[in-house]
Amino acid sequence: MEFGEWISIGYLISACLFILGLKKLGHPRTAPSGNKLGSMGMLVAVLTTVTDMYLEGGAEWTLIISGILVGSTIGYIMAVKVEMTGMPELVALFNGFGGAASALVALSESWKYIENPELSLPTGLGLEVLMIAAGLSALVGWMTLTGSILAMYKLKGGVEIFGKWFRTPTWGPSYLNYIKILLIGLVIVLIYLSISDPRNEDILYSIIAVSSILGIILVLPIGGADMPVVVSLLNSLSGIAAAFTGFIIGNSVLIVAGSLVGASGLILTFIMCKAMNRTLPDVLFKSFGGSEKVSLTRTKVGSDAEEVAMMVDGAQKVIIVPGYGMAVSQCQHQVKEFADLLQDRFDTEVKYAIHPVAGRMPGHMNVLLAEANIPYDQLIDMEDINSEFPECDMAVVIGANDTCNPAARTGEGPLAGMPIIDADKARTVVIIKRSLSVGYAGVDNDLFYEDKTMMLFGDGKKMMNELNAAIKEL
Amino acid sequence: MTPELLIGSVTLFVLSIFLGFELITKVPSMLHTPLMSGANAISGISVVGALYGANVAFEGGSTSLSGLLAFLAIVLAMINVIGGFAVTNRMLNMIAGKNKKKED
Repeated sequence: MEFGEWISIGYLISACLFILGLKKLGHPRTAPSGNKLGSMGMLVAVLTTVTDMYLEGGAEWTLIISGILVGSTIGYIMAVKVEMTGMPELVALFNGFGGAASALVALSESWKYIENPELSLPTGLGLEVLMIAAGLSALVGWMTLTGSILAMYKLKGGVEIFGKWFRTPTWGPSYLNYIKILLIGLVIVLIYLSISDPRNEDILYSIIAVSSILGIILVLPIGGADMPVVVSLLNSLSGIAAAFTGFIIGNSVLIVAGSLVGASGLILTFIMCKAMNRTLPDVLFKSFGGSEKVSLTRTKVGSDAEEVAMMVDGAQKVIIVPGYGMAVSQCQHQVKEFADLLQDRFDTEVKYAIHPVAGRMPGHMNVLLAEANIPYDQLIDMEDINSEFPECDMAVVIGANDTCNPAARTGEGPLAGMPIIDADKARTVVIIKRSLSVGYAGVDNDLFYEDKTMMLFGDGKKMMNELNAAIKEL
Repeated sequence: MTPELLIGSVTLFVLSIFLGFELITKVPSMLHTPLMSGANAISGISVVGALYGANVAFEGGSTSLSGLLAFLAIVLAMINVIGGFAVTNRMLNMIAGKNKKKED
């Protein structure tokens, strides 16, 4: 056995590092080291590959080195520059790139035989494995790319103006489900055809086109609140795409790492579904948002900051309920100032109620509030804090809507069954929001119109600043 | 591809899927996004395939198209890998910062 044949041991080490990394990422204390182990696994995999190429008679470095440099630089800059609000969109975009990379490797392998007619194709089993793996990798990879990019825009939708979101479709006609099945069937037929005609470019293009369309119609009808689940599912798919690519080039680490991500991503998807009291088939095949926007017939007179400041004075216990509006207006520092003022001036107990899907990603609020140095023990998960609302003097809802919409308890409509934060059980409720407009799910919120509710209409940052100034003047 | 190699690969595939199912059990919701993002970075492993594909001579305008496709795959996969790990690290540092506060 020559030295070069031992090179696969590097892939084994790399696979072990990925396994340890994923395992550790699931626990709060070990998560940072899990991430480092994962990145080390990747480094080992790349070094192993490069060493292998070097030992196998030298490598052509131009494309390899420049590709690594360009990709790393772009990725690093994007990761460092992104605002915490934009994190979910960035994860979705990276995911799309991962899927596309797998699909491109598959395309590159198939193209070798098209551009070089003298290159002899594998025969029999080898050919079948090559074409099936390349076809499946293309199907999953291109679908992940278009689906993730659409998911990114759907996550972004409504960022500029809340009202604008509702123009983005959050539902689709149910016949789209049949089209999905039809298109998957079509790709399978195309893959079958490609086995008997491996050098046919048209089949290749058709697979790419159909898979791309499939990704779009898969994500298109899915409603806003389900978007994190879809991104997680696409993440799982990009892993599967990498595993199929592993079959094409006969590489063990691709198969192991890809299927690990595929399976653990699927489990994470189920966990996220469970947190929202939904099932995956419901998310995928029954659109979440209402088929038509509820037209608002009621109105509510807004309050002003001074009025709220007077109500806050004397409150024993205040629970802050942050939502996506807080992320958009970047007012987490003002929120922290507000909490500090209450604690210092009125000796008020302040807590934060975190809904599992507040924001656009699970954990979104935790990250933002942590950025403002809010102590960890004040952030309470929904299940644990809901019992505290009845003895809470004031709930301050900042840019949240669906996550505290009592309509979810009625068992009807798009929000039915979703667990919510019981902000309506507090003695008074202050809601900071730009308008009375409906939330992501497209359902009017009764909480806005209750007598004990005070609405502060405006941008989160502006209203929090006004509120803080008013408290200081008391 | 020989039948032995194929069976070996399929074995790896199936066992890894079972392992992946077992790896993740109960994850607190605050870690959902970092876990997704970290796993996502690992799916950039297709960079290995891309590296093999891009191992072709660069000849200006006449570089083989398959080589250029693999080059593009390296770029996208590296964005996925480096960006993914960096962004996960950023998120986790914030959460870790919180935990430190708690211990104080």
